[in-house]
Amino acid sequence: MSKTKDISVEEIRSWLDEVMDPEIPVLSLNDLGVITGIEIEDSGKVKVNMTPTFSGCPAMDYMKRDVEETLQKNGIDDFDVHLSFKTQWNSNMISDKGRAALKKFGLAPPPKHNLIVDIDLLEHSKCPNCDSTNTEMKTPFGPALCRSLHFCHNCNQAFEQFKPL
Amino acid sequence: MNTEALKDLLYKMADDQLILGHRNSEWTGFGPLLEEDIAFSSMAQDKVGQSWQIYKLLHELGESEPDMVAFMRNADQFHNCQLVELPNGEYDFSLIRHFLFDMAEQIRFTHLANSSYEPLALLAKKIKGEIKYHTMHAKIWMKQLGSATEESVSRLQNSLEEAMPYALGIFEPSKFEAELIKEDIFSGEAAIKEEWIEQITAILKETSLKMPDLKGIQPIYGGRYGQHTDNLQPLLDEMSEVFNLDPTADW
Repeated sequence: MSKTKDISVEEIRSWLDEVMDPEIPVLSLNDLGVITGIEIEDSGKVKVNMTPTFSGCPAMDYMKRDVEETLQKNGIDDFDVHLSFKTQWNSNMISDKGRAALKKFGLAPPPKHNLIVDIDLLEHSKCPNCDSTNTEMKTPFGPALCRSLHFCHNCNQAFEQFKPL
Repeated sequence: MNTEALKDLLYKMADDQLILGHRNSEWTGFGPLLEEDIAFSSMAQDKVGQSWQIYKLLHELGESEPDMVAFMRNADQFHNCQLVELPNGEYDFSLIRHFLFDMAEQIRFTHLANSSYEPLALLAKKIKGEIKYHTMHAKIWMKQLGSATEESVSRLQNSLEEAMPYALGIFEPSKFEAELIKEDIFSGEAAIKEEWIEQITAILKETSLKMPDLKGIQPIYGGRYGQHTDNLQPLLDEMSEVFNLDPTADW
């Protein structure tokens, strides 16, 4: 028997606070914003909807697997974790807690935007080390699809930014 | 919904992404500077990932698994335009191709974000956001090198002349243009070509490069229906070498 009768959507969501982005281990999937819906059907089946950050992101399959394992670990046997573009991810969906965690990790959080990303947003990113905006973008591409490379002229450090999308 | 027309459209886009993605990946370890090495490698990863998503749409329409479709076909079964299969050449050629192709792609996916076929519209919306970084990269370098030294300008101009007949081949009309337009699946090659000419002409105007006179250029067609240069089969052989050691292996 599934024990889902006694649990709530909020409880399931709280389990996912423990599931981290495999490439940025300080950022939970909840804070990354990729969990777009949790439902408990009448039958007790748990459905989790997720949306990819980037369509070529190799970490998505790991994240899906980690969510499945977390459900199993908490005694849920009947579940469906589904990846879809129906709700589209954008970097504004990273929570404030997630932004603070990124900064502490040394990655500049993506600036909030009105869904129109242009180069000005990247040109003078705020340095996560000294908060200066006397910085320049070196390249819009970095060690992962979601990161760009920058240099801070104030503290003379290279840094990476989680790209606005 | 005309499924044959839809598949024809999806195949050519997926194959373009896969083949250019592979060519971009050939810059890994060879870029003229570290940032460019990373840029072409990242664009490769994006494009191969996007091709995978489009092959998944095809799979939902009854075609084989994405890996099978990507690795098990021969050159004459590929629908990519010939532009994307040409060897990387020197950096100037790769840059020009990247500029010409990605500008077209940005327009294509912007149109497709309004497609009547919802799975495609959703994916196109996603992809157009990702491609923005590709066109941003292309434009930065076109503007910098396109007005830098005599050598950079003449190299880019030569590559532009060489690539243009192939670039016009991106817009080879499909057998199903009328159906696709009628069903609001896609606004058609002629429409995106017109926008493309306008946009690249405007960018080239900001450089010392000259837009070739398109009236005197015969577009190179054939790629959309399996006619390819001798460059494609060796690329496919290399790309599928590991896969073909054991096609049923679970990676």
